[in-house]
Amino acid sequence: MNRFNKIFAYSSVFLISLCLLVVFLLAFRAIPFGADTMDVGHFYLEDAAKSTGSANIVTAVVLGFRGFDTLGEVMVLFLGAVGLGLVLSSQKDSTHSPAKTFPSLILKTMADLVFPFIVLFGIYIFMHGHISPGGGFPAGAVLASGYLLLFLSQRGGYHIRLAQRVETGSGLVFVIVGLAGLYFSGFFLHNFLPVGRLGSLYSAGIIPVLYSLIGIKVGAELGGIIYRLFGE
Amino acid sequence: MGILSAFLILIMSVAAVFAVHTKDLIGASLLLGFVSLISAILFYLLQAPDVAMAEASIGAALTTAIFIMAVKKTKRFEDE
Repeated sequence: MNRFNKIFAYSSVFLISLCLLVVFLLAFRAIPFGADTMDVGHFYLEDAAKSTGSANIVTAVVLGFRGFDTLGEVMVLFLGAVGLGLVLSSQKDSTHSPAKTFPSLILKTMADLVFPFIVLFGIYIFMHGHISPGGGFPAGAVLASGYLLLFLSQRGGYHIRLAQRVETGSGLVFVIVGLAGLYFSGFFLHNFLPVGRLGSLYSAGIIPVLYSLIGIKVGAELGGIIYRLFGE
Repeated sequence: MGILSAFLILIMSVAAVFAVHTKDLIGASLLLGFVSLISAILFYLLQAPDVAMAEASIGAALTTAIFIMAVKKTKRFEDE
């Protein structure tokens, strides 16, 4: 009886997987593999650089055609930072703190040397987001890793109040730029500035402005997260 | 390029397996940072420099630091 059950179970599993295989094969036959079905992709590849003035097509999509989604993305990061701040500030008075260690001379010297270059690189990435690979989010992360070096070497010099003001201000200016697009050309976050010559630094209208704002905002946010974790 | 990628992927998988199996949580986070670093190099080799930048700064630097701070706020070794 037991043996019969086992055979029944195995054969039913086999039959079900066979049926699923047939169904999937039939379904996959309907998909034209190798053929072009995405019209929007072709539109982006051919037209995005011309119509937004951004040589980096990823940036053209992220800020030119999908700017509102990017606003939502920035919002998600902001909510994550706020949630972390809430969780960490609720257990601030727990007495057991990690043993205080002091940074070595090598770390301190190298942090002094490298920190300005990291910040410069971050600023470079977000200012050139429309002509070279990169953009606001990686730039913010690079800036925050510079702050991380600052915290590891225990230099201090990170003003959390100022960072919060900067973060709030850049988020606000992002929305104001979007509203200016609504005012001047009738669509939220519409590119109302002149597009300029493709590939030059001052081109692509509002896209470099928005990416700079995003870079500053993300950098301040991630820096704030590190500040709260290192608990000064 | 193919041999280099294969070598990097091999190191990456070994580091990932060790990260799962080690009992030392700080060591595990460092290994995860190493995995992120190598995947950043792989992204660069696959001609995605923007993703490589994000992976190197977020995955290798920030996430590792945040993991280590979280581990320091708890206990370092995992009980069996």
